[in-house]
Amino acid sequence: MTELSAEGGHGAVPLKDVPTGEGVTPPEPEWPLYEVFVRGKRGLNHVHVGSLHAADDRMALLHARDVYTRRNEGVSIWVVRADAVTASSPDEKDPMFAPSGDKVYRHPTFYDIPDNVPHM
Amino acid sequence: MTDHVHTTPEDEHDNAYAGLLVNDAHWAFGTDFEDPLAGVDTTIPEGVDAPTLAAYALMLGDDALVMSHRVSEWTSNAPDLEDDIALSNIALDLLGQARLLLARAAKADESVVPVLPEGSPAPPEDALAFFREAHDFRNVRLAELVNGDFAEATVRVLLFSVWRLALLEQLRASRDHVLAAVAAKGVKEVAYHRDYSARWFVTLARGTDESRRRLLAALDALWPLWPELFDTHPVEAAAAESGVGVDPAGVRDAAEAVLDQVLAAADVPRPEVARRAGVLGRTGRDGMHGEPLGRMLAEMQSVARAHPRGLW
Repeated sequence: MTELSAEGGHGAVPLKDVPTGEGVTPPEPEWPLYEVFVRGKRGLNHVHVGSLHAADDRMALLHARDVYTRRNEGVSIWVVRADAVTASSPDEKDPMFAPSGDKVYRHPTFYDIPDNVPHM
Repeated sequence: MTDHVHTTPEDEHDNAYAGLLVNDAHWAFGTDFEDPLAGVDTTIPEGVDAPTLAAYALMLGDDALVMSHRVSEWTSNAPDLEDDIALSNIALDLLGQARLLLARAAKADESVVPVLPEGSPAPPEDALAFFREAHDFRNVRLAELVNGDFAEATVRVLLFSVWRLALLEQLRASRDHVLAAVAAKGVKEVAYHRDYSARWFVTLARGTDESRRRLLAALDALWPLWPELFDTHPVEAAAAESGVGVDPAGVRDAAEAVLDQVLAAADVPRPEVARRAGVLGRTGRDGMHGEPLGRMLAEMQSVARAHPRGLW
């Protein structure tokens, strides 16, 4: 005799030998986040342009191409998983950045830069 | 570099988008809708029959136009934002190819262009796209089917782009300058479509039971229309004979070899489904289409037909 239960208001349902999906790990509901860096045609360095979701690194690259370079912006793309980025915290803003605020002598502003020196 | 640069040198290095406002020449058609063939040598090569060239350009153009529209129907309906944009990009690439090919057909033989009411500003390529009936379209039937699920889109784009890339690679050597130029541009675009769809094909095939089931179902459903892609229509034979076109039968081995690589990577056997017969031997290239194409065109053409003198 199959064990039955009417608990839960669904009527009598069998409790044994019924596939329930228990113990099966469901697929991740959301793809991981990637940060996207694009180097423009006339740019020198890769610049952060935004983020996107993708299942793996290669897909992230294709998605970045489709989402961030469709108006002819880029010649090179970097993608990196957002959880691989170590970021400074807003809480430590003062000890991190305030000390450099009054040290103007660290800027090379006391030199005359010739006109033909690019990218300064 | 032009003199109307809007950015300072400092900005350029911090901003990947800095180059955008500078020079419009790098856009596909500029920012204006002028004659798409402006500046291209449109003389018909010696010994080439103009109506044949026009009919051949219409075939390739209709393939691109109808496929573009079906793929564009995915816009806002794809599984996620990133693939939504990817599919929209594919549709736009194909639309660009369609525009050039239809313009080429019209230029080669004006008699293929539907006559519009006096005063209509629609260019010939628009007249071809929006004012022909379904039986005037010469696209392969694979392109016109009603969309299914995302697996169906993946398989359809894969089959279409594997075939079209093989064709365009050969077409780059066309004696017709316009077709050669369209092919050279299209090869880069379709190579990406093939890469995109092949990756999704493998991903879905090797993903979950459900994704694999859907992929195999889509492959079985579309496979009957795969052989039609390699049929040689008399127009294609004549175009190939005169050196302006490509005989599809000649690219079959190359296309099958690529597809076999994808199937092997996905661990998917070649389907054993018979090809879909034509109607009295006539298929898409003969203007024999399924009912869905008529419905698709009714929607696609409705605005242009309601306002034949409209300007936008």
